[in-house]
Amino acid sequence: MELIRADGITFGYSRSPVLHNVSLSVRKGEIVSLLGPNGSGKSTLLKVLLGLYRPGSGSVLLEGRPISRIAPKELAKRIAYVPQTHRMAFAYRVVDVVLMGRTPHKPFFSRYSRHDLDIALQALERLSIGHLKDQSYTDISGGERQLTLIARALAQGGDILVMDEPATSLDFGNQVRLLDQITGLARQGFTFVKSTHFPDHAMWIADRVVMLKKGSVVADGKPCDVMNDESVCRLYNTEVSIVKVNGTLRTCMPRSLVTDCPGADNGTARVSAKP
Amino acid sequence: MIDRRILFPLLLVLLVLTVLTSLALGRYPVGPKEIVRFLAHAVFGMSDPDTGGLETLRTVLVHIRIPRIVGAMLVGTALAVSGAVLQSVFINPLVSPRLLGILAGASFGAALGTVLSLSWVAVQAVSSMFGIVAVLVAVGLAGLYRGDRILLLVLGGIISTELFNSLFFLMKYLADPYNQLPIITYWFMGGFALADAKTTLVLFFPIVAGVLALLLLSPYLNVLTMGEEEARSLGVNTKALRMTFILISTVISSLTVAVCGMLGWVGLVIPHMGRMLVGPDNRVFLPVTAVLGAIFVLVVDDVSRLLFQVETPLGILTALFGVPVFALILRKARKGWGQWS
Repeated sequence: MELIRADGITFGYSRSPVLHNVSLSVRKGEIVSLLGPNGSGKSTLLKVLLGLYRPGSGSVLLEGRPISRIAPKELAKRIAYVPQTHRMAFAYRVVDVVLMGRTPHKPFFSRYSRHDLDIALQALERLSIGHLKDQSYTDISGGERQLTLIARALAQGGDILVMDEPATSLDFGNQVRLLDQITGLARQGFTFVKSTHFPDHAMWIADRVVMLKKGSVVADGKPCDVMNDESVCRLYNTEVSIVKVNGTLRTCMPRSLVTDCPGADNGTARVSAKP
Repeated sequence: MIDRRILFPLLLVLLVLTVLTSLALGRYPVGPKEIVRFLAHAVFGMSDPDTGGLETLRTVLVHIRIPRIVGAMLVGTALAVSGAVLQSVFINPLVSPRLLGILAGASFGAALGTVLSLSWVAVQAVSSMFGIVAVLVAVGLAGLYRGDRILLLVLGGIISTELFNSLFFLMKYLADPYNQLPIITYWFMGGFALADAKTTLVLFFPIVAGVLALLLLSPYLNVLTMGEEEARSLGVNTKALRMTFILISTVISSLTVAVCGMLGWVGLVIPHMGRMLVGPDNRVFLPVTAVLGAIFVLVVDDVSRLLFQVETPLGILTALFGVPVFALILRKARKGWGQWS
């Protein structure tokens, strides 16, 4: 089922638009990864999908309804934004950050209810970070912050999560744990649209990859179909080889750095592919 | 941080004790016995044989001390809460009602009203009006340019302050040196000498209503501090809310100028103390700051009444207290501001 459809999105000043005639569709339960170099328009596209930026032309439809005609409060109950792990101005407690996700659900002048608090705590438990609830957001690790922001998105009650480079600034272990959480939630019916700087992440968990370059879509399809040496190389202007590990998992290796590594041949990941 | 469930009742008890102490303090001696006697008569309608003594007591308490105490609490609460809200809205630890030009604008308005020989109530109205005008000047100047909205608004506030300070000095220059100038000068050092029952009553409802509205909206203040885009993605109308917060804070802090002049430091230091005590969550921190502000100004006013034979101007005392406290807590207060650098 098609959940989000963006048609002919153009955004920015007419001479050098940030986005140029971008179209995209997202189906329910899909993980869609946006790939592209810095300045390719990934973040802008995400913000257009969230309704934060109004495109110069084109439209974004949520289940056939233009999002510009959906009240912000109602839209917030469907689409949640998970920003890049950020510095927060104030040292709020983790549970209070998650509680903010309940904002679109509470009557305007009332406090967050007991029910809202329960939902926030459940969201933390769901991501196995319930023990952090009373800690200060500024004291926890980058990975925990990202999970906290995802918990807030879950508490918000939407079924679509828009994530801006969620893995950037996380260490390797936290990156893997984050990808695990995303695939787990996608299996439960959540839909993800995320941008990433790591081609590997797209290959590992995405159902669809959308490649953006200079504000235009240059490829859109399954990772195994559209991600190859040539397309990734053209996207980033860097020589790469996509290699298979164990016959299924794929990874992206920069050619300039890969040399034969003696003593590594006891593993299965022998990298020597030079097409 | 202290547990909020213990701290808040504790502060309320402290406030009540401060109020009772303030009732007793002053030139005319009022002991605990007199206060009980007065309350028994006035509140519970018990008869009292000493009607003459009671009448004096009534004059001292009802006409002088109670209005002054209520006035001091209102001013403390209004300045502390509006400073706290402005700091949160602008995510800036140096913001206070003074930085945005609010107190300068309101002072100019009050001086203008005095020079024009307007009635007391009209002076307050003109003063509040120019508090709002000062903020509009700040916001308007910020809107003229592209760039960081928050930074530009702060710069706009500085320009607005300068503008209204100049106009204020123009009023002083134009004022009648025998009748008006002493009032303006004395008044703007800050003090409750002119706070009578009428002034306090006129102030009471707008300030209480404004503070309650800010407390009610405090969850949105948290959301706003997450940043423009995140707040909007949570379905919040950031523009309308930000303007509401600024407008209410402006009006309640302008009203304080019409009562006790330009009282600096309360709106800057008390919010930092509140944040240090209970953390930055506005839902908890605003009520705590409200009570702290009331206690603080009440205590400072008591000191000003008792320190010398004549009253020490309040603004001098808040500055003398505020400057070292601010210097001391700024280091520690930065923790509450997360990784802001």
